[in-house]
Amino acid sequence: MTIKATVHVFLKPGVLDVQGKAVENALHGLGWAGASNVRVGREITFDLPGDDAASAERDVKAMCDKLLANPVIESWRVEIAS
Amino acid sequence: MKAGVVVFPGSNCDRDCKVAIERSTGAEVAMIWHQATELPPGLDLIVLPGGFSYGDYLRCGAMAALSPVVEEIRIAAERGVAVVGICNGFQILCEAGMLPGALLRNAALKYVCKPVDLEIANLQTRFTAAFGDRREATMTVGNGEGAFFADEETLDRLEGDGRVVFRYRENPNGSSRAIAGVINDSGNVLGVMPHPDRAFEAELGSADGALLFQSVMASR
Repeated sequence: MTIKATVHVFLKPGVLDVQGKAVENALHGLGWAGASNVRVGREITFDLPGDDAASAERDVKAMCDKLLANPVIESWRVEIAS
Repeated sequence: MKAGVVVFPGSNCDRDCKVAIERSTGAEVAMIWHQATELPPGLDLIVLPGGFSYGDYLRCGAMAALSPVVEEIRIAAERGVAVVGICNGFQILCEAGMLPGALLRNAALKYVCKPVDLEIANLQTRFTAAFGDRREATMTVGNGEGAFFADEETLDRLEGDGRVVFRYRENPNGSSRAIAGVINDSGNVLGVMPHPDRAFEAELGSADGALLFQSVMASR
């Protein structure tokens, strides 16, 4: 059995996302003048052995705290699928 | 006097730091590989140099912060050894939780490389004592992700406690409150975005960086 983990990492609200800002300006330049609040994030996917989703989720949350995200500037969300 | 410069895969200012410290202070400088599980004995100063450790993968400094040597540096810092993180070294110390805040992508999304004028916001530190009563210094920045960020409460605390050591006269990268360098609570760990190692003799445009290294060596 394999568990598929997906972690979404974004800059926290209130932290200026200059990359998102640049993408937003580019969208405006292409004619989508209404596009707003563009945020650019990161998606990290990986497999974990086993079939215990609850335990996998605990592990992935610990991974986020230790490495995958920086809690000073980033928030994250975990998805677990078997 | 003895200093150590850490070499991570992707460090590119390690040699600059070695030469800068040697010429500024006459100290013996050991190069320390990032996988080291013990530090050379008797270090007065440990420098984490600039560069692009681990190719800046994930976040600048995130991988390097997990290196075995960083744990040894943490223990040495707790004993009071002076630690300076320059540029990528600053990012590594923030990622390792040894300094507050984080370094974000520059506000203008551009890599900035130029001499900058700095205000020395605290002259009473182990890193600035040799500046005497000079309140200004010039050093060179070279960073793409050098915008210092911390939440408002942390910024207030840093300013209130005199932990902001250097401030940009003209903010080159969108750093919160124009902060260019901060120290930890105990005052023996400094993170600085401009490079003292690129400003240690007049031929480089400024010799002010030498004063930083001399301050550390005089404080031991």
